[in-house]
Amino acid sequence: MSNTNVPALEVKHITKKFPGVIANDDVNLALNKGEILALLGENGAGKSTLMNIIYGLYKPTEGEIYVNGQKAEMHNPKDAIALGIGMVHQHFQLVPVMTVAENIMLGAESVKKNGLLDIKKVAQEITELSHRYHLDVNPYAKVEDLPVGVQQRVEIIKALYREAEILILDEPTAVLTPQEIEGLFEIMKRLQAQGKSIIFISHKLKEVLYISDRIVVLRNGKVVGETTPAEATQEKLAAMMVGREVILTVEKKPAQPGEVVLEVKDLKARSDLGESALRGVSFKVREGEILGVAGVQGNGQTELVEVITSLRKADGGQVLINGQDMTNASPRAITQKGQSSHVPEDRHAYGMVSTYPVADNLVLNTYNLPPFAKGVTINRPAIIQHAEELIEKFDVRTPSPLTRAGSLSGGNQQKMVVAREFSRPIKLLIAAQPTRGIDVGSIEFIHNQIVAKRDEGVAVLLVSSELDEIMSLSDRIAVMYKGEIIDIVPRAEATRENIGLLMAGVKRGEKI
Amino acid sequence: MSSPTRFKKTSLIALGIAIVLIIVGVIVNLLPIPDDSMWRVLFGVSTLNFTLRATIPLALGAMAGILCERTGIINIGIEGMMLAGAYAGFVAKVATNSWPLMPSLLFGVAAALLAGAAMGYIHALFSIKFKMDQIISGTFLILLAGGLTAYLFNPDMVAEGKFSPIAIPVLSKIPVIGDIFFNNPPITYTALILVAVLHVALFHTKWGLRSRAAGEHPRAADTVGINVNFYRYMNTTLGGMVAGLAGGFLVLEAVGQFQEGMTAGRGFISLAAMIFGNWMPFGALGAATLFGYTQGVQNALLLAGVVNIPRHFISMLPYVVTIIAVAGFVGRVRPPAAEGKVYETEGSSE
Repeated sequence: MSNTNVPALEVKHITKKFPGVIANDDVNLALNKGEILALLGENGAGKSTLMNIIYGLYKPTEGEIYVNGQKAEMHNPKDAIALGIGMVHQHFQLVPVMTVAENIMLGAESVKKNGLLDIKKVAQEITELSHRYHLDVNPYAKVEDLPVGVQQRVEIIKALYREAEILILDEPTAVLTPQEIEGLFEIMKRLQAQGKSIIFISHKLKEVLYISDRIVVLRNGKVVGETTPAEATQEKLAAMMVGREVILTVEKKPAQPGEVVLEVKDLKARSDLGESALRGVSFKVREGEILGVAGVQGNGQTELVEVITSLRKADGGQVLINGQDMTNASPRAITQKGQSSHVPEDRHAYGMVSTYPVADNLVLNTYNLPPFAKGVTINRPAIIQHAEELIEKFDVRTPSPLTRAGSLSGGNQQKMVVAREFSRPIKLLIAAQPTRGIDVGSIEFIHNQIVAKRDEGVAVLLVSSELDEIMSLSDRIAVMYKGEIIDIVPRAEATRENIGLLMAGVKRGEKI
Repeated sequence: MSSPTRFKKTSLIALGIAIVLIIVGVIVNLLPIPDDSMWRVLFGVSTLNFTLRATIPLALGAMAGILCERTGIINIGIEGMMLAGAYAGFVAKVATNSWPLMPSLLFGVAAALLAGAAMGYIHALFSIKFKMDQIISGTFLILLAGGLTAYLFNPDMVAEGKFSPIAIPVLSKIPVIGDIFFNNPPITYTALILVAVLHVALFHTKWGLRSRAAGEHPRAADTVGINVNFYRYMNTTLGGMVAGLAGGFLVLEAVGQFQEGMTAGRGFISLAAMIFGNWMPFGALGAATLFGYTQGVQNALLLAGVVNIPRHFISMLPYVVTIIAVAGFVGRVRPPAAEGKVYETEGSSE
């Protein structure tokens, strides 16, 4: 009925100012019907702000939004929903204690004649939607019991239930496992086939090249370029995003391994659920080498790091650091006596105190030592000065050392954690998922820092679920499968294929 | 389908206590047990009647708490809201002493509701508009009500008459149960009905779904177009109203007069009942019954005079049980996730 050349969604001259920041600066963007448009940009480039404006959560300082060629007035999400816009937020907007059906109907409830909620009818509609789009989900399940990938499906159904024609997916792959990402891409293709228009937000270049029809790059709140996957390469996109050439492959010299720093012998531990998570893990990490631990998430990597750093009790076996038995020692003994540092996989839970200022976060494990402590009191000037130095050296983009750490972007939070952990004299570095959920520019920086530490003679244990990261940084690769190290492969012998097989539990020489 | 799972363990324990009490009561009163037996003292009809009377204000207070806290507003000011309701009900009753009894009492109830609603609205205003710490705001309400009613109260004023029991036909003839449940004054019935109504409303209506979403994950509610603060204002005001009714009960149904500080910590015990009952209406009613029963037993023991324990220890009973219940169970309950947090739409990064 409407002209097919009219874009499904168009934003014109959108500017959004927050106190002290211009988050969006005269942004123009058009989403064609039935298209998957990737919006690419570093953390803090203004992608989420723009989407929140389109979804009616924020009011633009200036600019206009058109839906199907009609000028739209968005005062709140209700208006956006009424215009057929649905959004899957980066942090899922689901109430954990409610069921899938309750979450989906929230705000668009089905009500029986007697005024009570018609859960049955909603559940039926959910089942229909899940058949149509192959989004398998149980309407009566409680959201908090569902894996992240399924929760995301619930979010997508939530938008479809409201008859969304335009879907905004804000960093949908950030929290997913590689398998779940593939599942999501299939869903996106299917939605596209059914005529939905999709805005896909990401900073992962490969994904963007794989799934999108068109790519728009945002930097510092401005649109800096538009391209298609056919024309673009990862290098080009990275350069557009960051504004300079980015080296995606890490340059490093051959390793010069020295003395053994970390030795793990027959380590056993249980998971939070009490199941056996480590079933006798043994390996050594030497000075000046990076041992990468690869594996599909949930094969004991998290527990391994937690046991080595004493955040979890070992049930058996030994952890030796510099020849000293540090099994189940206090975390402080491990950091100080063991001269080790730890970049935890969940920076919010273990790496930082979001409500503390950046400066305090930078001394979280040294605040009790001089010069930061003077007797029982804290030496503020020394802490601030220390913070200023590290902010400069590690390129942490923060308005000031006293800014609340939680208000920084993910990449800068991680750089802050890295700054703290890398700036002490250490012999052992344990880095778990050091670049999860952060932008290309920060990834490059952190990778180079890790290699620099290795070249200083630090023993590095790198745990990552990103195979690319393991392949580009490690000198040796240990693969974990079901709580065991299934094999340790020198980098020169490792290929994506043989590591991939090991990750699936197939040993070398074994027939599939 | 989904409602049986709503009763979490603690609320089941609380409810179980209430049910056991009723069953034992029925058995004891139907068996030929001598009047001076300890069983009669502990479970006699008069003890259970007193239990119900002590339970009602606690149950109403707990419902008030649930209304507020389910939308994310902590309400420790129930004590103050109750007291304000009690005083307003009393003044309205005294002012209309010349009216026929029923209209005058109903006028008192209306005044109690209104005073409670006003207190609730003030709490919402402080908590939402002025982003005040909700504990401080609640404390302020308690102090305000305590001070103001003491200052304004004129001991020469006398309210004439109070609500009398209404026997429900047929049902009141059931042995024991009829005597306990179906021969009560109107606010008692209202309170019991309110518990059921609130349960259905919270878990089976649009209003309840939205209210709970506002208390659990306001951002999620906002992103689907729900006005979080509207629900918070509405429910905190409604909660104040219910707390006001609890005050009205004390003056217009239980005592018949106002006394300085007559709520005597009931608002706080209501909070304990709400927590023990895991923010579930029936759970809270069960917990309120347990606390009410301790008061009933306290009363019965003092009247019977059969024990050699100093009366001060007996008087401690309700409070000790409250402490034990809350201390023992508070780790197992799960308050609404967004409780006590101000919700701002724009600029919140998460």
